[in-house]
Amino acid sequence: MQLLNKRPESLVDMKMHYCPGCSHGIVHRLIAEVMDELDIRNRTIGIAPVGCSVFADKYFNCDMIQGPHGRGPAIATGLKRTTPGAIVFSYQGDGDLSSIGMAEIVHTAIRSENITVIFINNAIYGMTGGQMAPTTLIGQKATTCVYGRDPKLTGNPIKMCELLATIKGAKYLERTSVHTAPNVIKTKNAIKKAFKNQIDNVGFSMVEILSTCPTNWKIDPVKSLKYVNDNMIKVFPLGVYKDSKGGE
Amino acid sequence: MPEIKVDDSKCKGCYICIEACPKKCIEISKEFSKSGYYPVKYTGADCIACQQCSRICPDLAIDVYK
Amino acid sequence: MAEKKLMKGNEALAEGAVRAGCRFFAGYPITPQNEVPEYMSWRLPEVGGSFVQAESEVSAINMIYGAAATGVRCMTSSSSPGISLKQEGISYCAGADLPFFYANVVRGGPGLGNIAGAQGDYFQSTRGGGHGDYKVFVMAPDSVNEMANFPRKCYEVAFKYRVPSMVLADGIIGQMMEPVEFKDHEIDVEKLPKLDWNLGIADGREKRIVNSYDLAEGMLEKMVLARLKKYKEIEEKEVMYEEKQLDDAEIIIVAYGTSARVSLAAIKMARDKGIKVGLFRPITLWPYPKKRLSELTDKVKHFLSVEMSTGQMIEDVRLSLNGKAKTYLHSKPGGSIMAAEDVLKTIEAISKKGAKEHATIK
Repeated sequence: MQLLNKRPESLVDMKMHYCPGCSHGIVHRLIAEVMDELDIRNRTIGIAPVGCSVFADKYFNCDMIQGPHGRGPAIATGLKRTTPGAIVFSYQGDGDLSSIGMAEIVHTAIRSENITVIFINNAIYGMTGGQMAPTTLIGQKATTCVYGRDPKLTGNPIKMCELLATIKGAKYLERTSVHTAPNVIKTKNAIKKAFKNQIDNVGFSMVEILSTCPTNWKIDPVKSLKYVNDNMIKVFPLGVYKDSKGGE
Repeated sequence: MPEIKVDDSKCKGCYICIEACPKKCIEISKEFSKSGYYPVKYTGADCIACQQCSRICPDLAIDVYK
Repeated sequence: MAEKKLMKGNEALAEGAVRAGCRFFAGYPITPQNEVPEYMSWRLPEVGGSFVQAESEVSAINMIYGAAATGVRCMTSSSSPGISLKQEGISYCAGADLPFFYANVVRGGPGLGNIAGAQGDYFQSTRGGGHGDYKVFVMAPDSVNEMANFPRKCYEVAFKYRVPSMVLADGIIGQMMEPVEFKDHEIDVEKLPKLDWNLGIADGREKRIVNSYDLAEGMLEKMVLARLKKYKEIEEKEVMYEEKQLDDAEIIIVAYGTSARVSLAAIKMARDKGIKVGLFRPITLWPYPKKRLSELTDKVKHFLSVEMSTGQMIEDVRLSLNGKAKTYLHSKPGGSIMAAEDVLKTIEAISKKGAKEHATIK
């Protein structure tokens, strides 16, 4: 009997604290598998954000730094500029990246810092208890929009891949999902490409991953997968938004 | 024969693996795990080692053997 | 190395930092410190370093947080409102025990204030500045020459204790030109000692984590108390000050930065009139030279704090004297410089015993 899915070395063998059905664990595994396959664990520095994935600094088996909310791309800039031989990735949620950290992500893309950003979009603030995010869908309920998001009051969901695609320095942008196993595999390929780009000095790469938050969506994990399929993907279409090689 | 093994100490009972399994060979255990969940378990037949369950498991609780 | 150069304060500060091994700078324009990033933008590439004009002060300090985590000597600079924006990041660096160097070329405040030199950020600098229990090593230059030479000491202390360190200058020191002599040899960054905590190319070693949190019961308290121990050691070993004409002094002026320069002029005028006044100039504002000030009360009973703020440093003077001598304040806030003639009037009032203790004297 052969074990087909060995636990990646780039993930510390410990139980993760995430809620049942939360997508963070799926994506953690994918990043770790990619680090193993590209043999970069020994020179990778990851940035753990503020939010549910704050403890990612414990989970990834590589050098890790935990930073203030939204500032991952700025920290990545400092890390990469001082240690160009390192592979630097910033792991960020949607409140982190598309609200408080909007300036950092945009300007890091403008400078085309040669880093990899993994953007977890679950359309809500998880750690703080389910407040409305910039990515919250119209009509979706959250603790700061209890009757559902009303675009007249709070605008419409921000689409980060589409926004960043207008920036010349953003070299690779893809939106994927992890709500089915085939989509998980597609997500892994995207993550791999985003890391490979950094190895090849292509420039700024980001993968936006549609994720679930069963706890704060207040629906069970299986129905959460369906929610991604039926609701989220309509607002946030999957696909490659930018794929340009270096030099341009 | 392919089969899966579930690590009860890691499974949090979200059951998205059951949803992902094309052969419907994962079921909910009738016994509580130490962490207080009803973990999933292999039904004992029909696994084709496609690894869809382990791909989607957020807690790396499923090992697939062939 | 004895060569003297005429330099602007802000440029001397930047060159001093480069000579002390600085290889990364991130900053954002704000008057009156713009010469620092301008200088760094062309100077750092010359020595193989990197310069980033950040999108904001908040972003700049977080670039520094990342750079400092790799153990590279890095720097940011700003002026008062910009330093306020950087406080969260500075607190993160302090909480993660990361050494780095920054400068605040102070302008008038609060709010937008004005762009003239001031000393209103004394409390912010010496009390930590951001959230949580922490301290920053603070040096206050009173000349362009000190601007040039203090970055080296700041890096030494920062790396020895793994704390943030800063130069607290005022806009006048930053903008004026004076002869500069770089005292020490330029540091060869390749020869700096290897660190055992920095992030980077792991090359087989265990993973390292840089963070400032611990949610487990009692663990954060332990981290804070361990840091307090370091601070106590810094208070023991790293205090710096300068004394001038204290031998026969009956009144001591306590002043730093530009205020100390004006005070010296006032002291000369007072001595011409036969009033025995001397100057005590704290060079480190944290740690504050409390012990030495306390010793001086054996002979002197009148201490005058001269400051370009409404009475901030005088609190440290009072804490140092602990009631053993009388304190007086000469204050000139709002981005204005006091005139030596006005300081002289205050000195005369004290010497004629006409001054009220603790009172602000104009």
